[in-house]
Amino acid sequence: MELNITVSIIFIATLLHLASGIPGFFLGRRSPMGQYLAALMAVIGSLMGLWGALLILNGPASGYYELPWGLPIGHFTLQLDGLTSFFLIPIFIMGALGAIYGLGYWKQSEHPENGRQLRFFYGILVGSMSLVVMARDGIFFLIAWEAMALSAYFLITTEDQDEKVRQAGWIYLVATHAGSLCLFGLFALFYRATGHFGFQPFQPGMVSPWILTSIFFLALIGFGFKAGIFPLHFWLPGAHANAPSHVSALMSGVMIKMGVYGILRVCWMIPSPPLSWGIILLILGTLSSLLGVLYALGQHDLKRLLAYHSIENIGIIFMGLGLSLVGRSCHHPDLIILGMAGCLLHIWNHGLFKSLLFLGAGSVIHATGTRQIDKMGGLSKTMPYTGGLFLLGAVAICGLPPLNGFISELFIYLGLFKTLMNGSGTQAVPFSLGLAAPALAMTGALAVACFVKVTGIVFSGEPRSEKAAKSHESPKTMLIPMALLALGCLMIGLLPLLVTPWLDKVIVEGNSELMGIGLKVDYLAPLGWVSGLGMGLLLMIGILFTWLRYRLIREKTPQRGTWDCGYAAPTNRMQYTASSFAQMLVNQFDGILKPKEHRPELKGLFPTSSHFESHIDDSILDRVLKPVIHRIQKGVYQFRWFHQGLTQPYILYIIVTVLILLALSSTLGDRFMSFILP
Amino acid sequence: MQTYLNTFLALVLLLNLLALGTSRLPTVIRLVTLQGGLIGLLPLLIHSPWRPESVVLAIATLLTKGILIPSILIKALREVQIRREIEPLIGILPSMLLGALGTGLALLFASLLPLIPGQANSLLVPASLATVLTGCIFLTSRMKAVSQVVGYLILENGIFIFGLLMLEAMPFMVEMGLLLDLVVCIFVSGIILNHIKDTFDSLDTRLLTALKEDTSWPQK
Repeated sequence: MELNITVSIIFIATLLHLASGIPGFFLGRRSPMGQYLAALMAVIGSLMGLWGALLILNGPASGYYELPWGLPIGHFTLQLDGLTSFFLIPIFIMGALGAIYGLGYWKQSEHPENGRQLRFFYGILVGSMSLVVMARDGIFFLIAWEAMALSAYFLITTEDQDEKVRQAGWIYLVATHAGSLCLFGLFALFYRATGHFGFQPFQPGMVSPWILTSIFFLALIGFGFKAGIFPLHFWLPGAHANAPSHVSALMSGVMIKMGVYGILRVCWMIPSPPLSWGIILLILGTLSSLLGVLYALGQHDLKRLLAYHSIENIGIIFMGLGLSLVGRSCHHPDLIILGMAGCLLHIWNHGLFKSLLFLGAGSVIHATGTRQIDKMGGLSKTMPYTGGLFLLGAVAICGLPPLNGFISELFIYLGLFKTLMNGSGTQAVPFSLGLAAPALAMTGALAVACFVKVTGIVFSGEPRSEKAAKSHESPKTMLIPMALLALGCLMIGLLPLLVTPWLDKVIVEGNSELMGIGLKVDYLAPLGWVSGLGMGLLLMIGILFTWLRYRLIREKTPQRGTWDCGYAAPTNRMQYTASSFAQMLVNQFDGILKPKEHRPELKGLFPTSSHFESHIDDSILDRVLKPVIHRIQKGVYQFRWFHQGLTQPYILYIIVTVLILLALSSTLGDRFMSFILP
Repeated sequence: MQTYLNTFLALVLLLNLLALGTSRLPTVIRLVTLQGGLIGLLPLLIHSPWRPESVVLAIATLLTKGILIPSILIKALREVQIRREIEPLIGILPSMLLGALGTGLALLFASLLPLIPGQANSLLVPASLATVLTGCIFLTSRMKAVSQVVGYLILENGIFIFGLLMLEAMPFMVEMGLLLDLVVCIFVSGIILNHIKDTFDSLDTRLLTALKEDTSWPQK
């Protein structure tokens, strides 16, 4: 097929998403038509977009296209290559599924005040992300990037009547703009180095090393904010927790990956990265994954907990990315391939299972009206489908076979093991990098503990509140998107060989040194075995489940409360809570987590009813940023004297500033300008 | 033409000082009206073979600055029933002296600028700088809201004179757009004046500090 047509298909798909929320504004506040139209446009757009992206992944990459729209600087240049298509697929999948999910979760008739706004910005977010990955010009990229960042802000603050939501939105806005500032610097350096804003690879020796180093670190910080890598993650828990659930799913599953995309794109443009960059990414990734899962363990808010797991998974993705960079620096093709395969596939996988989990969480919140895990319980009896799908997502995120999380983590494990075995003709890889493997294993183990806690407290046991007892299964519009995501998890987990050709294509595209070697992902990982064993495992689980089910029906077991331990008169409040379940592990790591407990003081023989509370503050936001910012605010407070509230002094300030600038520019103007523009 | 132009500009400078030197608000408005009218004629003086753009610009400026804006201001003044600027931050005489000093400095500064030979002798640059400065003095030293509006008008007149330097380079649409902006701005100011009067029972802008945000932070 003509490549022009593929570009048009994807571009029309993007426009459909961008415009999907607009018809709703012309319909009544309570009219349900707008949401159906938006969902229809999103589904058609996504089907077209997926078709186009698959055409590119299976065929040749497109050349550069320039849209004939004027810009004072920069051009609307776009290109569709393997990496772009690879990121377009999760964008379009979640774009459509989230819109369908929204039909049940955020009905226009139930939310007349913000439903239209939510759908409008949802479409903008999906469309602008698609533009972000297609853009090949710094200015165009920044425009799309800002559209993405701002629409996400409006999505987070959908329920802006709530103080906490506004605060989370504010923190997000500050973080995202701090990142954007770095990106402005990044593209200014691009321009300085190459003379244009295009995304062409740098020629070796063309750019001085310190500019390359600055470019790398600006990209790491600028895109790291969006990706939510530790320690730039602080906006993420609040934003993900306070947004509507399908928005959290889109943000966590897809949007934060735009940060990874950016770093990947920049790293691929740089000819031979120094070894230290890969090591930095690997260390950051390891830290992020460990701390993410530890903080997740201590959370009581279902969506905050999932948000911390996003930080963990971004860490795993960064480990893969770092590994591949180390491979490039050491000319070690196995490392490049395994690291990239782990990084790329985990991007897809995390998009699938984290979106599934957030949608599941949304379904639970829809039914119980709370995000607090300790108010739920026993939901698998009232919401069996949500429970089952959530469990599947939980198994996937823990990296357990036979689901998809296992496959991508397997690549990274294999890569980390390879660092210990130096082949001939390769530069030595630092031995200590192998230590990331046990860290990854520990992350996986803690993730299992965390999700046992979540599924145990939320779905097993007995309901802890009246609302949980009266919960009901969600409508089909919410269950079908979840089921499709679960199917995706299962497919990649059982048949990884289906996706490896795409991984090979993207990896070779970005690392031209692999072109003639003919190494493939399937040669380096025993995927046939994994696939076979996974199916066997699934079969065994199936048989065991049917047998237990059969026994349960035949033997007519009586209905009893879960975990009542033979106690005569249990109340539901005597069950394990989210905190008590995780307490042992949290106490093991209290040096890092610093849990805060508010213990009751019990006095006398018959103490009155009391209250116990524990919570874990975020390491960066609550322990570093807030005190520092408070200090700064106090210092800056002295300058309030200048705020007289009268316009006259303000105009005077402007005049004085202009006069000073005039004097400066007339005396040392030339020298100043020559400093900026050599 | 050059001599006529310089005469007109000298008149503009004189009007600046007169406006600074009076406390009666209707007089100030009249002076600014006159200044606007003089400035409206300038495009015709700069380009001796009249071009359609210059003519349209001159007519539009005369209409807005000479008739429309003054009538809005006089009407607003009548409604809020106020005649004098009683307590300026800088007194009437000192502000006039300041204006004279500013005019002198503007002449000095303009002589230092690397202007093209055709404009080196004309008063266009110093007049525009001095008028902008006069507007700034008005804005920073007068307390009545009406004086603020007048200050913005004088400031805009200065910018307009500067814009004449670039009449050929600057698109005609920009000039017309500026005029439209100005009319809308004065129109809105007229309404705001009424509201300030209604709310505070005075036109003293110092009372607007009541709108300033709470200063009790930080509590901790």
